Amino acid sequence: MAQAAGAGWRATFLDRVDLRRVFTPKVAILAVAMALVGYLAVVPLGYLLWGTFLSEGGTLTLEHFRRAYTSQYALTTLAWNTLLFTVGSAAIAIPLGTALAYLNVRTNVPLKSLVFAASLVPLIIPGILHTIAWIFLASPRIGMINQAVEPLLGEEFFDIFSLAGMALVEGLHVTPLVFLLMVAAFKSMDPSLEESALLSGGKRFTVFRRITLPLVKPGIYAATLIIVVNGMSSFEVPALLGIPDGIWVFTSRIWRVLSGYPSDYGQAGAYALSLLAITTVGVFLQSRLSRRGKSFQTVTGKGFRPRPLELGPWRWPAMGVVVLYFTVAVVLPMFVLFYISTQKFYQPPSWETLSNMTLDNYRYIAEHSQVKRAFRNSFMLGIGSATGVMFMMAIISWIVVRTKVPGRWALDNLSFLPMVVPGLVMGVALLFVYLRAPLPIYGTMWILLIAYFTRYMPYGMRYASTSMYQIGGELEESALVSGATWWQQFRRVTLPLLMPGLIAGWIYIVMVSVRELSSSILLYSPGNEVLSIVIWEQWENGQSNELAALGMVMIALLVVLVTVGAKLGAKVGVKSE
Amino acid sequence: MLTVKDLVKTFPGSKGEKGRVRAVDGVTFEVEPGHLYTLLGPSGCGKTTTLRCVAGLEDPDTGVIKVGDTTMFSSNERTKVPANKRGLGMVFQSYAIWPHMNVFKNVSFPLEVADRKGRLGKSEIEQRVGRVLEVVQLDHLASRQATDLSGGQQQRLALARALVMEPPLLLLDEPLSNLDAQLREEMRFELKRLQREMGITAIYVTHDQVEALAMSNRIAVMNGGNIEQIGKPRDIYERPSSKFVAGFIGTTNFLEGRVGRREPGNVYVVSTPTGEIRTRSEADLPVGTDVILSIRPEHIGLAPADTGVPGPNTWRGRVETRAFLGESVDHLVHVGERRLQVRCPTTVSIAPGNDVLLEFPADLTSIIPADR
Ligand SMILES: Nc1ncnc2c1ncn2[C@@H]1O[C@H](COP(=O)(O)OP(=O)(O)OP(=O)(O)O)[C@@H](O)[C@H]1O
Ligand SMILES: [Mg+2]
Repeated sequence: MAQAAGAGWRATFLDRVDLRRVFTPKVAILAVAMALVGYLAVVPLGYLLWGTFLSEGGTLTLEHFRRAYTSQYALTTLAWNTLLFTVGSAAIAIPLGTALAYLNVRTNVPLKSLVFAASLVPLIIPGILHTIAWIFLASPRIGMINQAVEPLLGEEFFDIFSLAGMALVEGLHVTPLVFLLMVAAFKSMDPSLEESALLSGGKRFTVFRRITLPLVKPGIYAATLIIVVNGMSSFEVPALLGIPDGIWVFTSRIWRVLSGYPSDYGQAGAYALSLLAITTVGVFLQSRLSRRGKSFQTVTGKGFRPRPLELGPWRWPAMGVVVLYFTVAVVLPMFVLFYISTQKFYQPPSWETLSNMTLDNYRYIAEHSQVKRAFRNSFMLGIGSATGVMFMMAIISWIVVRTKVPGRWALDNLSFLPMVVPGLVMGVALLFVYLRAPLPIYGTMWILLIAYFTRYMPYGMRYASTSMYQIGGELEESALVSGATWWQQFRRVTLPLLMPGLIAGWIYIVMVSVRELSSSILLYSPGNEVLSIVIWEQWENGQSNELAALGMVMIALLVVLVTVGAKLGAKVGVKSE
Repeated sequence: MLTVKDLVKTFPGSKGEKGRVRAVDGVTFEVEPGHLYTLLGPSGCGKTTTLRCVAGLEDPDTGVIKVGDTTMFSSNERTKVPANKRGLGMVFQSYAIWPHMNVFKNVSFPLEVADRKGRLGKSEIEQRVGRVLEVVQLDHLASRQATDLSGGQQQRLALARALVMEPPLLLLDEPLSNLDAQLREEMRFELKRLQREMGITAIYVTHDQVEALAMSNRIAVMNGGNIEQIGKPRDIYERPSSKFVAGFIGTTNFLEGRVGRREPGNVYVVSTPTGEIRTRSEADLPVGTDVILSIRPEHIGLAPADTGVPGPNTWRGRVETRAFLGESVDHLVHVGERRLQVRCPTTVSIAPGNDVLLEFPADLTSIIPADR
């Protein structure tokens, strides 16, 4: 009691001194976290605007835009190509991902675990490898598919170097994102809503169209947002498939004007700002749409056991769709990569080549010091940015969810802002900042870390705040009443309870960081190459066999990482009823 | 031990509501050492908010909170001791057991996070936790994961965690409300025993009047952010000072009337439409005041009309229905225009249709000014 009174007296005294009250460690930590998020989200965009609209002399100018949009690369052409590409990939990914999710969650389609694997594996394959694999599958001259169908359909039937080809490759690659969102949407839907429609005499397809689809509209809107933003920011596919035939989009132009000599930063800024403007308009339109969809969100809830719909004789065609998708999106690309990685130089598969496999390419990458360094760089950056982001977002989501700090909604929005900034735009913006700022960051790994950290902040925030909402406030308050300081409470109660969500987010960020190309390609410098950059360079040098071997190893490592991470996450998961 | 003075706590109203919600609206009370002090009231009356202000989890708008000689909060002196420096123990309604720790860790947490200066050594912590777990009879489960406990065990664990710091004051927010009826009754006695044996001062929040009457040394009945009445359980029950308190605690019969005469010895003669009643009251009510009489069903005497002796405070009525309740028999009796509920021991049971005499004891008939 005497002790409590003593502590009380001291605290009373300190509390009267207002300065002491303001600078508690809690306030310091929160302030640093908030300042950092604000800095990372806002400063690059500010510099981007400034650098693009100001001339050398410091006057307002549109000169950079004039230079960017010559007749050959008119704004309308770039915008039209971007639009077609984005809409095309969405037209493939959204129906496909939704159908796969529906089959998996709500029906008795055979081989369910295959569906799940088929839908998730493409998430692990880096975009650049996926695109290169498709070049070997469907380029007009050397594509294996073209050679296979030549006797039937004639020469050069498929042309991957076209807008349609680009949309197909991108669409197949992002289908898993739609699948994941839609699985969640279908799982939270009360199946009795469908059953009652069936009982009232609706045909199965009518029920799907009139009842099921409208009910999962919020999920479809969310998926559309992600796919549209993704399509507009995509770099690998337009660069590798579009440039050879002169199909330019904003991202590939940004890269081109910066990779030429001398780099034209003003022009890059003009393209970047245009793309950012279009993305923002897209997101705005989407949010208008989904606001109307909110009224359907009464479908969430628990307590029902989803009973799968009997497909009857439709089971087999449904399984055909699944197998076809698995073949096209996973088996073929992986087979091509594997096959090429075992050859000395590219030649179409035949009995002779298949019986003459070699491990030379693997030996090459094991001995090549640049490759080894890239492995180290990629995984260090991935783990560093994932750890940093998740820790920081744990604090930010705590502020947003738990406190009544004024302006916390702004913090929430700021941490989501980078979501709409395409990787290349982020790269340009960071160049603008760190070429000018007197900080020794340009030319080091730090600039890559900053780029990854900023880009993946929104994802980290999503994982962290979802878990934060699930932790009752009294669990924290009881720590406080027990005498814990804010930091003790956060470290010993909040963080451990958040851990499953944080680990899930951590795995995701490591994975996407390791594959990252579009920011890295503008920001890396010799000695700081990451894996995707090495693959890019090998592609430009025509070392496709070494590249394939490197790709195989990279995919294998990512699979191991994801599996171990998921196991770990399941282990620390708190048992609860 | 605890002094709360003029405590006010408002919350911003939700959209569509005007002004702020006055959750606690000028509450004053004092708790003596060793007492179990109950805040009793209906849902939303501000009990939890008051308790959270004492714990330091809410910042009151105005008022003073003192524990012993320490001022924990004072709006005038601009003093505020943060929750983690108050050294109080609290049991939350949800128990707030940390699911990622085992039983031992849950209890040792408050000792482990203590100031470096006041922190106990490892073996001392073990001893102390062991002792507290023994008191709540959980010592054999020390290494079990907290989520694997039953409801009653979780409740005792929450109690152990609150007690381990040996706090000067224990705060309990509906600690029994998550338990099933039988366990609740058991834990009620258990809790009372622990509190008395360890000499703990406790504030107990509940909306269950039976619990409050059974356990408390003092009860403060709250309504709409205010305290309506403070007193010993028996006083609150037998001499409610407002219509709300009389109605909220137990069942009662209300009779409207007016003070007709005052006689020496604090005796009031109240005239009601059905007849006169003599009662005693400490209150000072001038003749002519409109009042309400509150009479508990079990305080009314009942006898068949032909055997009873008519006298003062005796009315004649007729039984309308009766119901056998196991421990007692309830009669609904018609008196003039009124219907009164009368609870009798099982030895008295009068069939419907019979005339009866009702007797009102002067000491157990509460007189409440009509405007309260
Ligand atoms: N954080 C808050 N924001 C706004 N209003 C609040 C908040 N907390 C409590 N209130 C309001 O204050 C009033 C008192 O709430 P309080 O939780 O103290 O009630 P209670 O007496 O504990 O009720 P119960 O028995 O249901 O727990 C209620 O009207 C409640 O709606
Ligand atoms: Mg309450």
